Order: sequence, then structure tokens, then C-alpha cells
Amino acid sequence: MSDITKKSLSELVKDIKDKKLSSEEVTKAFIERSEKSKELNVYITEDYASALDKAKKFDQKPNLDLKLPGIPMAVKDLFCTKDIKTTAGSKILSNFVPTYESTVTQNIWNEGAILLGKLNCDEFAMGSSNETSFFGNVQNPIDKNLVPGGSSGGSASAVAAQLTPITIGTDTGGSIRQPASFTGTVGLKPTYGSCSRYGIVAFASSLDQAGPMAQNVKDCALLQEVISTFDSKDSTSIDFKRNDYSKKLTNNIKGKKIGIPKEYRIDDMPKEIEELWQNGIQYVKDCGAEIIDISLPHTSYALPTYYIVAPAEASSNLARYDGVKYGFRAKGENLIDMYEKTRSEGFGAEVQRRIMIGTYVLSSGYYDAYYLKAQKVRKLIKNDFDEVYKKVDAILTPSTPSSAFKIGEKKDDPVSMYLNDIFTVPVNLAGLPGISIPAGHDVKGYPLGLQIIGKAFDEQNILNIAYAMEEKIAFKNKITDWWIK
Amino acid sequence: MSIDLKTIKHISKLSRISVEEQKAEKLAGDLNSIFDFIEKLNELKTENVEPLTSIAETTLKLRSDEVKSKNIREQIIKNSPQDNEDYFVVPKVIE
Amino acid sequence: MSNNNSEYLISRKNNQYEIVIGLEVHAQVTSQSKLFSTSATKFGAEPNTQVSLVDAAFPGMLPIINEFCVKQAIKTGIGLNAKINKRSVFDRKNYFYADLPQGYQISQFKNPIVGEGKVILDMPDGQKEVGIERLHLEQDAGKSIHDLDPQNTFVDLNRSGVALMEIVSKPDLRSPDEVNIYIKKLRSIMRYLGTCDGNMQEGSLRADVNVSVRLKGSKELGTRCEIKNVNSIKFMQMAIEYEANRQVDLIEEGKTIDQETRLFDTKKNETRSMRSKEDAHDYRYFPDPDLLPLEVSDSFVEKLKSEIPELPDEKKKRFIEKFNLSPYEATILVSDIETSKYFEDVIKNSDIKLATNWIIGELFAVLNDKNLEIIQSPISAKNLSKLINLIKDGTISGKIAKTIFELMMDGDKDPQKIVEEKGLKQESNPKAIEEIIAKVIKDNPNKVKEYKSGKDKLFGFFVGQVMKISGGKANPQLVNEILKKNL
Repeated sequence: MSDITKKSLSELVKDIKDKKLSSEEVTKAFIERSEKSKELNVYITEDYASALDKAKKFDQKPNLDLKLPGIPMAVKDLFCTKDIKTTAGSKILSNFVPTYESTVTQNIWNEGAILLGKLNCDEFAMGSSNETSFFGNVQNPIDKNLVPGGSSGGSASAVAAQLTPITIGTDTGGSIRQPASFTGTVGLKPTYGSCSRYGIVAFASSLDQAGPMAQNVKDCALLQEVISTFDSKDSTSIDFKRNDYSKKLTNNIKGKKIGIPKEYRIDDMPKEIEELWQNGIQYVKDCGAEIIDISLPHTSYALPTYYIVAPAEASSNLARYDGVKYGFRAKGENLIDMYEKTRSEGFGAEVQRRIMIGTYVLSSGYYDAYYLKAQKVRKLIKNDFDEVYKKVDAILTPSTPSSAFKIGEKKDDPVSMYLNDIFTVPVNLAGLPGISIPAGHDVKGYPLGLQIIGKAFDEQNILNIAYAMEEKIAFKNKITDWWIK
Repeated sequence: MSIDLKTIKHISKLSRISVEEQKAEKLAGDLNSIFDFIEKLNELKTENVEPLTSIAETTLKLRSDEVKSKNIREQIIKNSPQDNEDYFVVPKVIE
Repeated sequence: MSNNNSEYLISRKNNQYEIVIGLEVHAQVTSQSKLFSTSATKFGAEPNTQVSLVDAAFPGMLPIINEFCVKQAIKTGIGLNAKINKRSVFDRKNYFYADLPQGYQISQFKNPIVGEGKVILDMPDGQKEVGIERLHLEQDAGKSIHDLDPQNTFVDLNRSGVALMEIVSKPDLRSPDEVNIYIKKLRSIMRYLGTCDGNMQEGSLRADVNVSVRLKGSKELGTRCEIKNVNSIKFMQMAIEYEANRQVDLIEEGKTIDQETRLFDTKKNETRSMRSKEDAHDYRYFPDPDLLPLEVSDSFVEKLKSEIPELPDEKKKRFIEKFNLSPYEATILVSDIETSKYFEDVIKNSDIKLATNWIIGELFAVLNDKNLEIIQSPISAKNLSKLINLIKDGTISGKIAKTIFELMMDGDKDPQKIVEEKGLKQESNPKAIEEIIAKVIKDNPNKVKEYKSGKDKLFGFFVGQVMKISGGKANPQLVNEILKKNL
């Protein structure tokens, strides 16, 4: 049993196609391991019985031409899954059962995959440590009482702990890449417009993107193929030529120009992060690619820009959670009272904080100074990237300014928590693709990630670079199964 | 700029989230430290910069005028907290 | 309060005030599906049966714009002689209300799809130009029903998301009458274009009225108040009168006018302030990040221009020039597209002058009396045309035609058949008339003497007698001619 869950997605797909394993066997293995791993608290909703049923049905009439034939998969609880509770990690949706499916998950089921359950995440995707979920904290399988990162903390933990062979998360300011870095896994945030946002609980509409979270780059590429489609139900979905990313995956990146942005060398840059970065630079050279020093002058303004734009959009996107049509409703003496009680009881502290910030920066008298200003700075940030992409093909940076920290360590200091996203946020603001791969360990033995940022719609290129580096790095995630008694 | 309790009250009303007295102070403190951090943007001169209007460099796709969503009242009302098959029911607004 | 000539002024002791009015008209776009979702827009459906997942703002739902609604807005803009903005942006207008499921309305704030334009009003004493500030597209809200339950409000989202065109006028209107003519003109233009059916009872056309007053001759604008939710032209006029006088009274007393939103109480016939919504107006507009900017090409707009039918102003001009109608007659006949169609149908085969008189006179009287629109007319254009032809060729007299007209109303009967069945054919044989006249003269020697001695008025008596004997069928012209000869 345990051997099955050690396999990568690609291996499992091959084994099922070669009829060495049945879907039922694979599904059972992941269910058993998941059931032993409740201490990690990665699941909000388990759909095991139904998963087993589907697996058996698949085995009776297997379609082995599919890309994910009979593969069990859990997904972040931000994706609406038909008839399965979808909570966004919040009390206000704790009883919400959608009657519709998100496009991204539908794409996954269309390729033969089977839903295991819904994974824990920061409430409404707002957080960097999975400590804001109504359903409790998630444990990082790397070590006890360690945060897995966020908001896709449950997803990252589940992959690292091998409770699901692969999964999808969402990334608005780093919510895929940062937890990937904290858990020693691979996380890709595709170009904005690459994956449909239809059916994904919206946080910040101009920043949100779904993406794969996997054990290795090849798996990641395969899932990206499946989930990235043009969707006419999403006005921001882009119709561009999408590759079969896994088939075109190559480790040959000779001659590629990789930029190293000096502004990412922040004040008080931790020594091990700088070392990791230098190692990364060396790996790139070893692969035959060229290193070029570049400048992204407005980098330091990215985080403040993000913390205006994202809360502003969120304050409006979350206005629909009012207790009228669905979700939690508190008793109120009149309509306004009902709204105020519902939302103050239904939303957690971080979500309330961000809604307030967002409401304020859009309010009369402040719009120009904050929101409009932030959108202008965002243009400058994007221009920075457009400029350097005339000289380089991709950019290499660390994924996070530190390794995973202890649960509770940063909870009381919002700004300190926000700083986790310092390297990832500019990528969302510019709408570019970015991938985090595990590249080393810190003194405590916790994983550290490197980020490769690409040109818009150039996922293949960054996947290739990641693939080549992954081979050189030969990273081994140290999972000790400490939570399994 | 500083966020005081009066501002908290104002934003709380605009966003329809009630804030208890005890929590208001802490909230103001949190928001102030966040805004101090955001103030950094004032270092930049942006008078001649166009705001980013859309990340995707494309324009709105238009759809044809067809009725595709039929009567799904049951689905729509299914999740609502009150027990009425035809309408959404909410407490009255005080006039 | 009075008017001299065409000015509407409010008088007090030493001062005269004029009213300055601007209108924000909300017109529901005629389309099959809603502006950003694919549910139906039909009026009168069972509650919440025309609501999609997008309309009800379920998590993860996204707006997709309806091309036809865009075209309808542009066409309306063309009909208003307005600038079409090839690039426009959709913004979110954020506020909370039970019939606003998203917690925001998708509207257009800084970059509307249509810019400045103008509308020409046909006033009794000439033409007046009213400026249009802009036209933009936005979502309609659902309906809140407050009287089905004492504790609760019931919400029906059928209307939520239906496309609205908001047409904002410049503050160029000066009287309740002008408001009436302006709204009717807008309505007419949109009905010609087929972009809005203008049905105020069903709520397809609503208006918010902005009223301020100032001393006659002043160029400054006074503080204005907005009167919302007035759903008929008549109430709008009453509201304007009340509000303007209220404001004048305040000024005369030396008080200031608060800029506020007011409602018109139809029972008391007065406006009153809406219960204070302190921050109700901080809508926190920002561009909707789920939607990209809307761009239409020159050729897109040109194609729409080529699809515009003849509009009221053009048609009026043509009716005057081609059919020799008076401006008054032309104005009436073009005011509604269905009326103009009816008219043009009738005159295909009939005398224009008669058609004009019969439509504006008899037909309109019937329609008004029975509260019918012309498309519900009990008499079809075809049959009215036949009737007119029977008059024109002398088969019946104008008087008899009126009788036949009444009979035709019962099921749109063919007038020819009525004439035959009831034997109403006009007697136009001069010999027969002479015989009758001879009899009348013979039977009334005294009256003849009186007439011949100067009592000209008695002519009518003789005519009457001839008509009586002929059962009303004698050809009046011939009767007059022959009587004159014989008396």
C-alpha cells in the first residue's frame, strides 16, 4: 500500500495504463494513508466512499486514452465541485453545496481523475500560513507545528505528505508558490488568463489563477496541460496556443538567458536564501544557460501595491456573502442588522481586515490616492518586466524570504505575515507565469524554493528550465511520517 | 494618515460588518500598521502614468443574445436559509 | 405660479423663479437574454424562474456581455445624435440591498458607451433642443416585495441583470410640460429603433428627476434635489411642481436647500426626504476586473448606422414635404412608430387628407376612450382605408361613414359589407334628390316663404327634411346644390 502513495503522478498514470495497477488499488491506497493522517488536518471534506465507487466503475470500463485515467485527486476547497460541499475555508460557506462545477475541475474529471476530497486553505485564499481557516490550521508534514504556507496550505501539505498524487491550488499573491517552497514541492502559477476562473471562489479577480501543485516538474506539466483551456464563460480567459506541456518538456535549456534581478536582494537578506540563490545561479550555468544581471526597479513597491489592489477587489467580490441567497445567515432585527451580524460572525479576522482595507481604499476621497495610484504603480511594475524580457527569457529568484515558520509565530503581526509574499507578488501583478521548485534546505533542514518567472504564455519555457534544474538539484524531501501513529 | 475609531465605524457601516467596541481599537491598530506599509507608494511620481486597465492584452468578447439558462429556480433557492420555494426571504429594511 | 407665452415661472411677491430640470431615464433594453447572463428577460414570469447562477451571484460566477445589448445601446445613441465612444469601461457600483445579489451593480461610470447628443422636442410654439449628457449600459436590480409578509421582505431576482440604458439629459428642461414631451420623444425614438418598448406600466421606462430653481435670468444653477422612483409621467409632473414650489418657499424664507434624494408620495402629492442614508452614496466605483474594456470598431458602428430606420424627425419632415401635412398633423402621426405605420398603410390606397382626419379624429377618439394602443385598434388599416375610399368615391357621405365606423368596431367588419347589408349607399342620383326636394318644398310652403323673405338659416331645415326623408342617404353636396337651385 505505502509504495503506491510514494509514486509520482506520471508513474501512477503509466502503471494504470499498463494495467499494473487498478484505479481501485490506487484510490484505496491514498484513502488509507489520508485516514491515518488526520493530524495534518488537510481535508475539510472527505469524499472517500464516492471516490472508491468511481474507481471501481472506472476499472470496469477503463478509458486508458485519458491523461489522468482513474487517478484519485483531492483539490483545494476554493474550487466549486458539484454536489460536494465547497467552503473556501470559511464559516460563511461552511454549509454551501454548489450545483455546478468549476471549469478547471471539470477538465480534470474529463481526463478520468476521481475526487478524493476538498483541501483546507486560508479563508477565502487570504493568508500565507493556512492559519486563517475556519476549519483549523494545517500542519506541514516537514515537521510538527510548522506552517505549510498559504493560502493553498492544505494542498501543499497533501502533496508533500503523499495523501494525493497531485493537486490544484490557486495563487493570487503567491498562494501556490510559497506553500510549495515551504513543503518541498513544485507549484506553478500560470499566466493570468491561462486557466479559467469560472467556478472558483473569487478573491482578487485581476490576480487569481489556478495552478498545479505536484511532487515534480513533469507531473506539474501534465496537470497544467489538462487544466489550461480557453473558457468562454470567463471574460478574462485568453485564447492562445496551449502546448502539451508534458510532451514538449525538455531539459535542454542551452543558450537560454536567465535574468537575476538585483532588487530581489532585499535588505537583511537571510544568508541561506542568498546561498540558495547563488546555488541556483550555478545550476543554471551548469545547464548551459546564460546568467544576465537585470534590474526591476519598482520591485519594492510591489507588496504595497498588492495590498491595495487585492483587498479592494476582494471587498467587492465578497459583498455577495450576505446571508440572503446561500451560506451562513445570522438572525437580525432588520436587513442591515442581519447583514452586519452575518458578515461579522461569518468572516474571520483576516478576511474582515482585508475587506475593511479594500473598502477604505476605494472610498470617496481615497480612491485616487490609493487604488488609482496602485493601478499606476502596477503598470510600472509590468513595464519593468516587459523591458527586461527584451534581454532575457526568464528570471530566477528565491521563492520565499525564509523557510516555514512555527504555527502562531507570525499570527499577530499582519505586516510580517504579508512579507512572506515579497518575491511572489510582483509576478501576479504583472500577470506572468511563475514556478517554484524545491532547491535546498536551511539549517533546520526545512525546504527552500527557487522561483522561475517567465514571459506571458511561455509556461513551456519555465517548465523546461525548472525541469533541467530539478535534475541537477536532485532534491530529496525529508518526510518522516511523524504524524502517523 | 491615521485610522481612528470614527473611521472604523464608517468603514464598518460601508462594508456591513459590525465591529465590537473592544475589537475596534485593535483593528484600528492593525489597519494603521498596514497603511503605514502601504504609504511607501507615495515615494513614486505617477502623474504621467496610465493605470493598468487589464492584465490581459485583449478586449471584451461579446456573446450572442441567446437564452441558455432556463428555469432553475429550485437550484437557485435550494441553498437559501429560509424555507420558501418561490422567493428569497429577508428581514425588512427599516424605512 | 403661472406662465406667459412658453415660459413656466413660479411667482412670489417680488421674484420670479424658473425651474431647472434634468432627467435620468432608465430604459430596459429589448433583448432575449440579460446583459451579462443568459437568462430570459420576459416580463411577468413566475418569481425567480428567469434567474441564472450568474444573476444570483453564486460563488465563482462571472459576467459575459451580450453583444446585442451593446448594439441596442449604440443604436439608441445614434438615434440621439450622440457621440459613440468606441472604447468604454464597465465599473462596479458597490452597495448592499436585498435585490442586488452581487452587492454591486455593473454600470459605467467614467467611460460610458455613448457621449453627448441631443433631442429635438416639438413644442406648441416651436422646437426646443434638449442636450443629452451621456448614455450608459448597466444592470437592473431585482424586485423587493414588502407587502406579502409583515416581518419580511420577499425578493424576486427575475429582473436582476436585465440590461438598462441610462440616458442622462443636460439640465435643459424648464417645465413639467417639457418633461412630458421629452420623455415621450425618447420613448418614441427607442420604439422606432426597437431598442426599448417604453412600457411604463411594466417598468421598461423609469426616470429619476433632478429639480432645482433659480431667479429668472440667473445663469447659476441652484442646489438640486433628486426625486426617485416616479413611475408615471403624470406623477413626475406633479412631483416637479410640488418640489419646485417647496424649494422656492425655502429660498423666499431665506433658508438653504439641502442636496438630497426625495421620494414622491402619490397619496399626499408631495415629495419627502428619503430616510437618511448617511453613506448610501459612497458607491466606491472602480473598473470591474472581471470585464475587460469594451472596444467596438468603426465598421461595427457604421453597420449599425446603416440599420437605423427612418426616425421621427426625418419621418415628420418627409410627411410634411411629401404628403403636404401640417407640422401639427405630422407631429402627431410620427409620434409613435405604430401610428406612423398605420397611417402609411392606410394611405397606400387612400386619400391622404381623409386618412389624416379620420386617424387623428375618429380613430384616436376611440382608442383614447377605450384606452387602447393603435396596434390594438378594433379597426384595421386595411378596413379604414376601404371606408375612406367609399367616402371618396361618393358611395357614402361623411356622416354615414361615421355610423359605419361605429359598426366596424365590432370585429373589424368590412365597411363594404356593412353598406350592402344595411343599404347605406348614398343616394347620388340627382333626379331622385330633385323628387325629394320637390316634395319637401311642396310640404312646407310657409317655411319656403320665410326662407325667401330672408331667413337664410332655414336652409338647414330643408336640408334636414331631405335627409329625413332619404333616411340620411342623400348626397349632401347634391342636396345643397339642388336645393339652392330650387329654393
